[in-house]
Amino acid sequence: MTNNHRIRALIRKEFIQVIRDPSSIAIAFVLPVILLLLFGYGVSLDAKRVPLALVVEQPSPEATSFTSSFYHSEYFIPIPAATMPVAESLLMSGDARGIVRLRENFVRRLKGGEGAPIQLIVNGIDANTARLVEGYVTGTWIQWLTRRSQVTRTALTQPIEIQQRIWFNAGVESRNFLVPGLIAVIMTLIGALLTSLVVAREWERGTMEALMSTPVTMGEILLGKIIPYFLLGTGGLLLSVAMAVWLFDVPLRGSFWLLWLGSSLFLLVALGMGLLISTIAKNQFVAGQIAIIVTFLPAFILSGFIFEIRSMPTFIQWITHLVPARYYVAILQTVFLAGDIWPILWPNLLALVIMAAFFLGRTRQISRKRLE
Amino acid sequence: MIQRIWHLIIKEFLALLKDKRSRFVVIVPPLVQLMVFGYAATFDLNDIPYALYNEDRGELSQQVLARLRGSTIFTEVREIRRDRDIAPLIDHRQVLFVIHFGPRFSERQARGGTAPIQILIDGRNSNTALITLGYLRTILADFNLQWLQRQGQASPPAFLETRAWFNESLQSRWFIVPGIVALLTLVVTMVTTAFTVAREREQGTFDQLLVTPITPFEILMGKSIPPFIIGLLEGSLIVAVAIFWFEVPFRGTWWILYTGMSLYLLAAIGVGLMISSLSVTQQQGLLGAFLFIVPAVILSGFATPIENMPEFVQAITYLDPMRYFLVIVRSTFLADSPFTILWPQFWPMALIGLFNLALAAWLFRHRLY
Repeated sequence: MTNNHRIRALIRKEFIQVIRDPSSIAIAFVLPVILLLLFGYGVSLDAKRVPLALVVEQPSPEATSFTSSFYHSEYFIPIPAATMPVAESLLMSGDARGIVRLRENFVRRLKGGEGAPIQLIVNGIDANTARLVEGYVTGTWIQWLTRRSQVTRTALTQPIEIQQRIWFNAGVESRNFLVPGLIAVIMTLIGALLTSLVVAREWERGTMEALMSTPVTMGEILLGKIIPYFLLGTGGLLLSVAMAVWLFDVPLRGSFWLLWLGSSLFLLVALGMGLLISTIAKNQFVAGQIAIIVTFLPAFILSGFIFEIRSMPTFIQWITHLVPARYYVAILQTVFLAGDIWPILWPNLLALVIMAAFFLGRTRQISRKRLE
Repeated sequence: MIQRIWHLIIKEFLALLKDKRSRFVVIVPPLVQLMVFGYAATFDLNDIPYALYNEDRGELSQQVLARLRGSTIFTEVREIRRDRDIAPLIDHRQVLFVIHFGPRFSERQARGGTAPIQILIDGRNSNTALITLGYLRTILADFNLQWLQRQGQASPPAFLETRAWFNESLQSRWFIVPGIVALLTLVVTMVTTAFTVAREREQGTFDQLLVTPITPFEILMGKSIPPFIIGLLEGSLIVAVAIFWFEVPFRGTWWILYTGMSLYLLAAIGVGLMISSLSVTQQQGLLGAFLFIVPAVILSGFATPIENMPEFVQAITYLDPMRYFLVIVRSTFLADSPFTILWPQFWPMALIGLFNLALAAWLFRHRLY
């Protein structure tokens, strides 16, 4: 049996605690702002202005016409290097991502008709960037060939060419998919990390025992924890969505209410996980560690937020089904960038409903008025 | 003095390891994460589902398709015959892209023109889209070149010879797994140090410690040596797993790696203790650690390169110890960079560590609450 009056008193107590300890406010409102600013402005997988060392062993008009295409490209910052060893040390120290080298026989072989090699060396340590750099250099090379064939009036007929159309994100801005995914990370933090500490603290300080000696039921205690942090999380969500849409111009193509629904469900899951962790751990250190390890890091790496789930090995893909953030990220990316596409949305919403029921139910089941 | 520090160290180890759950938490989860993330965190693509929309009856489209089907990167999951089938497939994420040959594809080429292939691709994950287009372009450029040679036409006057150094087959696992060494070492040390002072403050035992003859310097040593040892062991374990399980080559010098790791731990412990001495409760300690770890990981270059960031964000990254250690750990693993090249990565970590440790020691006595 629940009693509204008692729950209201518990909620009031929780809010006073939140307001008195600024770290709760920090995680609900300051952290989202910092994270979104960092990700929105700072983090990008789009390699632009890549430093590239250029080695021309025998200067000539042809070599200059080739290297000048790098100066005109927005993708590169060319660094002229006199010799190969200089360029290699630039590559080693990370000051250049790649080396383009025209050997001294470049002009002779170019005119001789046997084909002149252009050597490209990329620093493979960062494989993703290396691949993008390869792609950009290839593009620059093909453009140069086309321009040259027009000037020299020699036919260069490529049998086929690609015409690409990129849907949902025509400018291929990585911000447009990182920012919605980030909202999932933020909601995980607010929901799971904060609540896991809050209940563990009551156990650690013995105030849980004090609560037990009152007529308050366990269900009321749990509701008294869920409602305030749910409201706090909703505040964080509204802030994040507002920043995504108005500050970063991420398109919101679906309906806001659907976004709200998905987010509320996910918040319930996160709160449930946080409560379950702290009920089991009963110790802030352990609860905090577990919360980071089972909620935050998977939300970061296994949710499809940065790394593509489809490319993971099968057994890892299977594990990702246990990560609630996976479903929420799918909802967020779809609602933001594509719209209300029900065949994607409803399985994910359903998964969240099941998970919320599981975590909250399990918490209710194992929290009894019992001392150890 | 040595003896007093020694007793403090023993006490700290007991506080950390006597509880079965906290012992478990320090040892098992980092290993599980290493395994899972080592496999999961990859930018390499494989089995990309695509749909074929072929209106061409000629042979050229079949030749192009043979190339595509021969690659392990792409999997053809559907063949469609109408324009309006395209949208649902991409919308519902059943395919990443649709490849479309128009009705007069072969014919246009036969007349001496260039035949266009349309690629309609899902851009929701921009990185996946770009990498996929890159693969497609490479395959088709290759096709063009061979086709020209077969037809006896003039090959292009210049061609690209590409080689990747340090990671010849461009596996992103070789990039990510050494990064995880830095990531997990940071998380473990930060979280263990962030609690130490805050827990004593919350329980009131810190005041007792301050009225004993133990000096703040001795407290500092007592609080930093245990996490240093734990971090060093944990880091070594992860390095071992990276080499023996994930088979990432280790081409560098051990002493460079370990000098780097020690300075990195010093910096992480410094920041952790500073946060911990600022905190009054354990919750504040943990949240403070978190407020540091999250931006530190994001801005370190772990997943996204620092040079893609705008200038003012790049300036902030100089305060991030993980930024420096990532360069050291990746270079020692893959490139065997000499110390002279890596030197600029070492001293900033020492500076960050010493500054924060000094601040922490000062805060022991001066933090009012």
